[in-house]
Amino acid sequence: MSATTHGTNSLHRQRMWALWGSYAALAVFVIIFLVPPFYTIITSLKSSAEISAQDGSPWMVKHPSLENFWYLITYSNFQTYYLNSVMITAVTVVVSMVISVLAAFSLSRMGFWGSGVLSTGVFLTYLVPPSLLFIPLFQIVGSLGLINSVWCLILLYPTLAVPFCTWIMIGYFSSIPKELDEAALIDGANYLQILTKIFIPVAMPGIIAATIFAFTVAWGAFLYPLAYLYTSNQMVLTVGIISDLIRGDVFQWGKIMAACLLASLPPIVIYAFLMDYYVAGLTAGATKG
Amino acid sequence: MAEVSVRKVVKEYDGGVQAVKGIDLEIADHEFVVLVGPSGCGKSTTLRMIAGLEEITGGEIWIGGDVVNDVPPRDRDIAMVFQNYALYPHMSVFDNMAFGLKLRKFPKDEIKRRVDEAARILDIGMLLERKPRALSGGQRQRVAMGRAIVRNPKVFLFDEPLSNLDAKLRVQMRTEIKKVHQTVKTTTVYVTHDQIEAMTLADRVVVMNHGIIEQVGTPQELYHNPTSRFVAGFIGSPAMNFLPCRIEEAGGGGLLVRVGSALSIPIPAARTARYAPFKNKEMVFGIRPEHLVERREVGKAGFEPVELLVDVVEPMGMETMVHFFVDGAPVCARIDPATHAAPEEMLALTADMNQMHIMEKDSGKVV
Repeated sequence: MSATTHGTNSLHRQRMWALWGSYAALAVFVIIFLVPPFYTIITSLKSSAEISAQDGSPWMVKHPSLENFWYLITYSNFQTYYLNSVMITAVTVVVSMVISVLAAFSLSRMGFWGSGVLSTGVFLTYLVPPSLLFIPLFQIVGSLGLINSVWCLILLYPTLAVPFCTWIMIGYFSSIPKELDEAALIDGANYLQILTKIFIPVAMPGIIAATIFAFTVAWGAFLYPLAYLYTSNQMVLTVGIISDLIRGDVFQWGKIMAACLLASLPPIVIYAFLMDYYVAGLTAGATKG
Repeated sequence: MAEVSVRKVVKEYDGGVQAVKGIDLEIADHEFVVLVGPSGCGKSTTLRMIAGLEEITGGEIWIGGDVVNDVPPRDRDIAMVFQNYALYPHMSVFDNMAFGLKLRKFPKDEIKRRVDEAARILDIGMLLERKPRALSGGQRQRVAMGRAIVRNPKVFLFDEPLSNLDAKLRVQMRTEIKKVHQTVKTTTVYVTHDQIEAMTLADRVVVMNHGIIEQVGTPQELYHNPTSRFVAGFIGSPAMNFLPCRIEEAGGGGLLVRVGSALSIPIPAARTARYAPFKNKEMVFGIRPEHLVERREVGKAGFEPVELLVDVVEPMGMETMVHFFVDGAPVCARIDPATHAAPEEMLALTADMNQMHIMEKDSGKVV
């Protein structure tokens, strides 16, 4: 009896320690990740004078103002960058997902000669860092006459997104029981119908994960636009913000922070929206389990 | 509705492994045929070749009078029920059942009529709006059957449909499958490794082993007249007892079976001529546990007394299994639960030698 009580106490104590440990780790995690956005918000609400003032705490805002946001919203270059980023990202996501889903379906399900090697090859291409590629790609893009054009990014971003998205989708499609396609084949479906009516709905969590990845690649890319774009009318947000709002050694911190926040809006909205649909276990009930 | 014909069909995988080695099988219209055999015997491969899910290496498959070797599954007018149900997880039960009809562009009211009719037959009318994840195993299997029924195909194919269900549900669903077949009468090919399922469901059972058909027959034929040791051992539970033996003269023109020095039992006069050619040869004597009963009815032709030392007694309620060793070989008897059999004691039994089998030692062929 006492041994059992002792055992229960010991377990209880271990659980307490584990919980405290978890909370402490989480607190550190939250501080590290939330302090920068907090500081961004605070700074974006300050006027240039308040930012450069030496008195007061930099973590507080005395006279909150939306003037930085208003400046950006009415600043025509910023509007152009925003629209370019949205357009490039939307096309990249659509193109990447169409290619990835089709490639993953054929690689994981159609079992043609060499499909195994090709699957691995697709992933290996993802391991080549963009910094190694941008000079040879500059020549390719240049020979196509696409330097300083949003179309060069539309051409290049899928090369970054497709391998990893395909890899994610191969994993998801492979987890769908083979009997589902066989049942659909017998029910009268062709391969395209199996893909659109069975695989895509069932693999929706995977498609969302891959979509988020493709979106992140296109929205946040810095190196390629920096290398290939140089006029305001073709520029995207990531490079446009720093090239316009940093003039020599003058950093317009309030506007930079406001621009960062505005640029972060689409990812936040999209993540929040897609996460609702990111439901694990969608295949539950398909087969015995 | 259609007949199915499998002619000299071979399935060879990469690397030269032959899963099916040139089998022939004729299945009549409306017939319920069960392919049964141990794992790896080629029964599922045969079914999948009929379905069109596996390519055929050689031979021909005919459905309804047409060769379908190169016809894709969707054009074979078959329906298949899988072991793990294979329901579309994102669709409701109604949509699962209607999927094949929608693809074939049936009018909406016809789809609804057929789904409702199948749901009525299978008693799943109240589940039509649910998703598969909200169903129990038995309900999922019913939906899978419903998906097959609504199509009103020429042939139903079942690939071990009850293997994932618990024992009680399996018995219940077995009855339902039989009832459905009695209602819709579609030609059915059913694969299982469970010989009880095979015996209870089939009009004819096809016993397969190592990619060949060992025997085709009605359940009664397979039970009473197996043609090989494999079939004799596979059909029946517990399995038939096999004892190495010699056929010897018993005097007066009769024969007896001698199992080592431990046991010799006279062979019924009606079988003397049949076994005479095998006199003094090494053979295998086979007798089912249910044909070894506690001593009674001695004196009737073919009922012979035997006395054996009991090893283990297993009471099972409605019957008791008693295990012995005869000349080193295990023997089981299925006897009345009121038995007084006890371990390490002699038990007087009666062997119904009218039900005996003699097999060739090497080929396993029943003579």
